[in-house]
Order: sequence, then C-alpha cells, then structure tokens
Amino acid sequence: MNMKKNLPARRRKNSAAAATEICLAALTWAAALLSAGVLLYLIGFILSRGLPYLKPSLFSLRYNSTNVSLLPALISTVYMTLLSLALALPLGIGAAIYLAEYARRGHRGVLLIRLAAETLAGIPSIVYGLFGMLFFVTWLGWGYSLLAGACTLAVMILPLLLRASEEALLAVPDAYREGALALGAGKLRTVWRIVLPAAVPGVLAGVILAVGRVVGETAALIYTAGTVARIPVDVFSSARTLSVHMYALSREGLHTNEAYATAVVLLAAVTGLNALAASVAGRLRRES
Amino acid sequence: MNVFEIAQLNLWYGSFQALKNVGLAAADGEITALIGPSGCGKSTLLKVLNRMNDLEPECRITGSVLLRGEDIYGGMNVNELRKRVGMVFQKPNPFPMSVYDNIAFGPRTHGVKSRLELDETVEMSLRQAAIWDEVKDRLRKSALGLSGGQQQRLCIARALAVAPEVLLLDEPTSALDPISTGKIEELLLELKNNYSIIIVTHNMQQATRISDKTAFFLLGEMVEYGDTEKIFTLPRDKRTEDYVTGRFG
Ligand SMILES: Nc1ncnc2c1ncn2[C@@H]1O[C@H](COP(=O)(O)OP(=O)(O)OP(=O)(O)O)[C@@H](O)[C@H]1O
Ligand SMILES: [Mg+2]
Repeated sequence: MNMKKNLPARRRKNSAAAATEICLAALTWAAALLSAGVLLYLIGFILSRGLPYLKPSLFSLRYNSTNVSLLPALISTVYMTLLSLALALPLGIGAAIYLAEYARRGHRGVLLIRLAAETLAGIPSIVYGLFGMLFFVTWLGWGYSLLAGACTLAVMILPLLLRASEEALLAVPDAYREGALALGAGKLRTVWRIVLPAAVPGVLAGVILAVGRVVGETAALIYTAGTVARIPVDVFSSARTLSVHMYALSREGLHTNEAYATAVVLLAAVTGLNALAASVAGRLRRES
Repeated sequence: MNVFEIAQLNLWYGSFQALKNVGLAAADGEITALIGPSGCGKSTLLKVLNRMNDLEPECRITGSVLLRGEDIYGGMNVNELRKRVGMVFQKPNPFPMSVYDNIAFGPRTHGVKSRLELDETVEMSLRQAAIWDEVKDRLRKSALGLSGGQQQRLCIARALAVAPEVLLLDEPTSALDPISTGKIEELLLELKNNYSIIIVTHNMQQATRISDKTAFFLLGEMVEYGDTEKIFTLPRDKRTEDYVTGRFG
C-alpha cells in the first residue's frame, strides 16, 4: 500500500532526473559544438583571408619591403625552436629525473622546486623578455641574437618541460621499476631503459606545448632576438621569427593580406613541428 | 644443501615490527611455500631474500640471511644478489616493450651483447616457462598484448633468463584463471629440478599440490615450518591446524 502511494512520486522524480540529464547532455553538446565552431571559424577565416595571397614571392630568399618574404622568418622560427628545445629539454628532463627518481618523495626541497616551476610557468613572457635583454643581450654582450632569444625562451619553457616530464615519470607504474631492479638492473639502467622510455609520451606532450609557446612568442623575442628579417648566418645574428614577422607586418599596416598569408604558414609550421615531435617520440619508443 | 638459511630475522617498518625472530632453511631443489593470513609478513620475508626491502626508506633489519653460506646483507653486491635470486610479482609486470626485449633485458643488463647468445637465451627461457609456442611468432610485438596468464609466464621466463639459483614468487597465480594457474603450477614442478623455489600463496590446495615444505606465519611470527604433508595433516600447533582447516579467524 505504501509502495503504491510512492509510485507516482517516484515516477515524477525519475522524469525530473531524466529531464536534468537531457539538459546536461544538451549543454555539454552545445559547449563542444561552440568550442569546435570557434576554432573552425578561426582557421577558416585565416585560410580564406590568407590563402589567396600565398604567392611564390612570399618565399623569396631575401626579404624586402615589396615582396615581404616570410622565408627568412620561417627559417629563423625553425632555428629558434630547435635551439631553445636543445637548451631546455636536457635540463628539464634531467631535473625531472632527479625530482621523480632520486630525490626523496615529499621532501621539502622537491616541493619548493615544484612550487617555483609552477610560479615561473605563470609569469608573462614580457618579463622573460626583459630579463633576457638585461642578462643575455646587455650583460653577456650577445646583442640581439638568435642565441639570446633561444636562451630566453629556454628559460621560459624550462618550467613547463620540467613539470610535464616529472608528471610523466611519476605516472610510470612502480611495477616497472620493481621488475627491472629485481632482475639486477641498477638504478641508472632502470631509469634510462625502462622508466624514461615509458614516460616519452608525457614528455612529448610537454614538448608540444613548449613548441607552441616558442613559435607563438613575440614579446620576449623582440627584446632579445631583435627583428632583422634576414636568414641568420650564425647564433649571434638577429633573427625574426614568424610571429614577430606577423606582428611587424600588422603593426606597419601596409601588408595586412600578407600578414594573413603568413598566419597560414605559421599554422602549417606549428602543425609540422608537432608532427615531427610525434614521429621522433614514436621512433624513440620503438627503439627502447 | 640449503640455498637459504635465515636466522633470528627481525624486521621493522618504522616502529612496526613486521617479522619476529624468523628462522627458516630452504633446501635446494625444493619448493617452499609461505602461507598465512593477510598482513602476516609473507611478502615482507620474500622481499628480504632479494633485498627489495632496501627500497623502503623506513625498513630496518636484524638477524642473518645466508645465501649458500654468504651473508646477503654483508657487503654482497645487490645487483649480483638479485641476479642470483629472481623474483616474480603478484601482478604480472611485463615492460612496455616487445616480448623479445622483455626477456633480453636481464641478460643485456648483465653484459650479454652477442645477438646469437641473446636469441638462444630468449628461446630457452621462453621454452622453460612453457610459453614459447604461444609467442614464437610474435617476439617483436609488445608484451602488453598478451593475456594475463601469458604475461605471468613471460615474467617467469624473464626471471629465468638471467639464470638465477632461486626463484621467489609472490602469489603468482592470484590474478589468474584456473587454467593459467594450472599451467603455472605444472611449470613450477618442472622448474624445481633446476631451481630452488620459494612461493607465497593464499591457496591451501596450491600449497599442498606443489610444495615440499610449508611455513605458516601469523602476525610476523613463523608459527610452524616443516614437510607440507605434515603441516596439512598433522600440524603441531593449534593455530596452524585452525588455519589450514579453514577455521581461522
Ligand atoms: N612499506 C611498508 N611500510 C610500512 N608497513 C608495511 C610496509 N609493507 C608492509 N607493511 C606492513 O607489514 C605487514 C606485513 O606485510 P606483508 O605485505 O608482508 O603481508 P603479507 O603477508 O604479504 O600479506 P598479503 O597476504 O595481504 O599479501 C603488514 O601489516 C603491512 O601493513
Ligand atoms: Mg603479500
């Protein structure tokens, strides 16, 4: 009898729950659609404005104010990315290995370094730019150069790489470590041959983020690498990356169309660099 | 001859004493089973024998553990010890690499470089672990694609590949189905001709099926140790009797 009385109430409750569920589902759908839509619109917009102006003259070896060639900037971007990664990646991974594998877990020093890395990752890039200008450009006397820019960016992406690598190492199951140690492998061999290869995908996620920051950076580079639009001949040449190039073009306001064309190339470059990083990681994993 | 001689072994995790005055001798060519309720210190004792307990920062040990007369806590190289005393874990833990590289990891660690020698060791170990026929066509594929039972036999093969003298197994079948369990038990009976085996098990039938000696533990104490048949049919201690007849608790 009691149950009978409860029935309609429960049904009402059920239908209310169902309605909430439908609402929530619809909301998440809308959110997904909106995010994807904004992204697609942005890409479509850039492609439609830029593609028609993607002329061969944009890829001349030499930049001048009539052809506004982006090739030197493209090459500088690749140099800048590789150089800053070459500087920051070994340091970041090395420090992460120390923190995750050697330092006592939960030690105060480890927590402090982690906090520092997190704080540094949140600092606006212009601050890094000012530091780079004072330290590398002026104090060390490197001038506006590829090297000063790459060092500045290396400092900027170091916390990011450190955190990503550390997370990746900590996510490797202890069972792998135990398995290797129980076979008589030392700590070093366990870390290098078992733990690190297993962490590669996570490290790679950090690398992709770092590449994104390097390629997209302008503020920190204008004050360290300068804006000379020539293909750098050595690490002490000034170098203008694509983003800085775009910034320069849009600021002048004379070559808006070419700026969009440059944006198209920038998009392609980021995609290409990420694909490269993915394939390198794939090869590393297969070799181990 | 005895492969392991343990005397007056005490072990603390911080202030908690996990092993109390344990004394036990494991003989060559025999399977020794360690049984007892959860938390009584079976895994702890096993990890003493290949010094995996060194990884626990809070762990403190007194007493003596001799491997063929040599004190394993007295200046013996840990990596050398772990080469001589192999271990298989409760949960199969193949490395995320190919079947071949899993087996070859141990020999490579100990300096084997020759391709031919590695090929031979890999095949022999996989045959010994009765899994060669199942994986011979997929040596280059990831070991993570194998079934749980196959993974565990792979881990046994991996341990055998460094030619250990003793094999420690911590509940190696507790995550497996009856058929895989049967295969591993058969395998252990086969292996005991060449290796001494010490196995932790929660399965009374398993202990009676495969072991020669059994040690019963309770709250860190070794209550009784002797021939498996004796322990299960004519235990001296009331607590052992209660446990093996399932009246425990
Ligand atoms: N690293 C550790 N730090 C502190 N205490 C521990 C540690 N490892 C084990 N212990 C404690 O030591 C006791 C014995 O643990 P052990 O893992 O050896 O038990 P076990 O007999 O293997 O149990 P099970 O059958 O559940 O595997 C338990 O009370 C456990 O809580
Ligand atoms: Mg255990």
